[in-house]
Amino acid sequence: MGNGELVEYLGTMLRIRYFEEKVFELLSRDLIKGASHVYAGEEAIAVGACAAIREDDYIASTHRGHGHCLAKGGKLPQMMAELCGRETGYCKGRGGSMHIADVKTGNLGATGIVGSNIPVATGAGISVKLRHTDQVVLCFFGDGASNTGVFHESLNMASAWKLPVIYICENNLYGMSGSVKKVSSVQDIAVRGSAYNIPSEIVDGMDILKVKEAVRKAAAGAREGKGPYLIECKTYRFYGHSRSDPRVYRTREEEAEWKEKDPVERFKKKILGEGVMTEDEIKSLEKNISVEVDKATEYALNSPFPSPETLTDDVYVKTVVSRKS
Amino acid sequence: MREIYYRQALNEALGEEMERDERVFLMGEDIAIYGGAYGVTKGLYEKFGEERVRDTAISEAAIAGAAAGAAMTGMRPVAEIMYIDFSTIAADEIINIVAKNRYMFGGKTTVPVVLRTEGGTGRGIAAHHSQSLESWYVHIPGLYVVMPSTPYDAKGLLKSSIRDDNPVMFIEHKMLYGMKGPVPEEDYTVPLGVADVKREGKDVTIIAYSRMALLAVEAANELSGGGIECEVIDLRTLKPLDIDTIMTSVKKTGKAIVVSEACKTGGFAGEVVSQIVELGFDYLDAPVVRVAGADVPIPMSPTLEEVAVPRVVDIVEAVKKTVVSG
Repeated sequence: MGNGELVEYLGTMLRIRYFEEKVFELLSRDLIKGASHVYAGEEAIAVGACAAIREDDYIASTHRGHGHCLAKGGKLPQMMAELCGRETGYCKGRGGSMHIADVKTGNLGATGIVGSNIPVATGAGISVKLRHTDQVVLCFFGDGASNTGVFHESLNMASAWKLPVIYICENNLYGMSGSVKKVSSVQDIAVRGSAYNIPSEIVDGMDILKVKEAVRKAAAGAREGKGPYLIECKTYRFYGHSRSDPRVYRTREEEAEWKEKDPVERFKKKILGEGVMTEDEIKSLEKNISVEVDKATEYALNSPFPSPETLTDDVYVKTVVSRKS
Repeated sequence: MREIYYRQALNEALGEEMERDERVFLMGEDIAIYGGAYGVTKGLYEKFGEERVRDTAISEAAIAGAAAGAAMTGMRPVAEIMYIDFSTIAADEIINIVAKNRYMFGGKTTVPVVLRTEGGTGRGIAAHHSQSLESWYVHIPGLYVVMPSTPYDAKGLLKSSIRDDNPVMFIEHKMLYGMKGPVPEEDYTVPLGVADVKREGKDVTIIAYSRMALLAVEAANELSGGGIECEVIDLRTLKPLDIDTIMTSVKKTGKAIVVSEACKTGGFAGEVVSQIVELGFDYLDAPVVRVAGADVPIPMSPTLEEVAVPRVVDIVEAVKKTVVSG
């Protein structure tokens, strides 16, 4: 791993962090309508995981999906425009925060129904097998989704058919307010792999290089036809579930404890310690990214809203109806 | 022309499309060695192998969602949901993913999935294996709903559905699999969104689909003996709906009856009535009537099952009443 790569990872993590901070600000100023589930605190997972795969691989994302989109190659202006409901957004403003997708970069999309992306990722795995490529699919989901029926149906299917899908559980300890301690039969989601004969492991989700290494190994196995893998990343969301969340279900002490493990700060320290970057270089990188986010925001807010006449565009692909059969 | 069964016609469509396009593959419960609960996929596993004819676990939600994922990444899956009653388990994936991904993602993807399933009464298999749930799916923007009544249409419409880039709920009828009809040997398709006028008449228009289209023709033949000439329209596809063919006929006859096996309340027949009234009120000489299923879970016992859905006699009576009231 070269120093250039480490700098790039830090840049992507910072991009996500600053993007999410800006999103929170725009939400409170009512410039972004609707829901936005921010990824701050979990950056090491998306960035580490996507750093371990190829451009032509796939990911399937969640309602907390901004980080996945950016890490897979999504661009800040089109993302911010999408969140602001503008025509220039990735989904032309039709999807918003919860449905960001950029199929061109292999992002099969975020979903508003917890768990519903898991079979989609599994199906992409079938497609890879049938097309005889050596692509892999990363399926992101949370601890909450691991209690849905489709999680279990999909893992069973992927294992039975040895599909090249890496299931990445972002266990941030809460499904909205539901604590894993109270609602889940197991505390470590990774143990569920054994029910489906899928190898699994627990990874420190606040450490980008550990995530990257786990996904790299799993992906190498999947490319060789060894089938699916389940990686549980222990993590924490620094903000609440959404902007309206008063966070009454967790203590400020617990939040402070996890902030000590801030994946961005931790990685910065490592980079400094190893002499990859100087403090000044990091500061200048931070400043540049902050400007990038501001520019993306400006682009988004200056972009047009979709025209009302386009309401029903793209519900269907045009079917050519010929009355002669 | 040779005559083959509805199930054979479907089987030929699948086989021929798999030959024509290597992206087409099948997945579902008991579709491989067993050949499908109603025998539609018989022989395809032997011909195309287990990669392209995939037996799944009993996991309807994963089947539908996986079909979406495969379709978005370049394949053209035809997934079988054994009974439409079981589509309830897959409803999230069908309604929220298969139907909506294209629109939600700004038109930048396509989800060319065909979900083959079957519905309807007639086999005494009661409330969990006999429903007509088409109106659920007609209600969801992004889906097409196709319901063929003859072997000819079954083959031609299934081919069109597989070739179309939109997701299609392809709903067969369990009592039609064993029906024979003329089907050409050569390749043909039946376009989506074009109804079939099965019989011309001047007195009243009967609009029906799936098995009810055949009952409507029987009723029309019976009424013809008594001097009432019915025009019978088989919708073939509920979405897109061929409203032009319906309105042309209604403007001619001034009277319309809509026949559907589904429960009357909230059913698709009501939608057809609404459109006729909105577009053709001035042409109507009598109220537009629905002949539809009773609002009841389908009972097992034959004496009850028979009267839970429209019979020929019910259609005949409705026509007579309409003609008199006009």
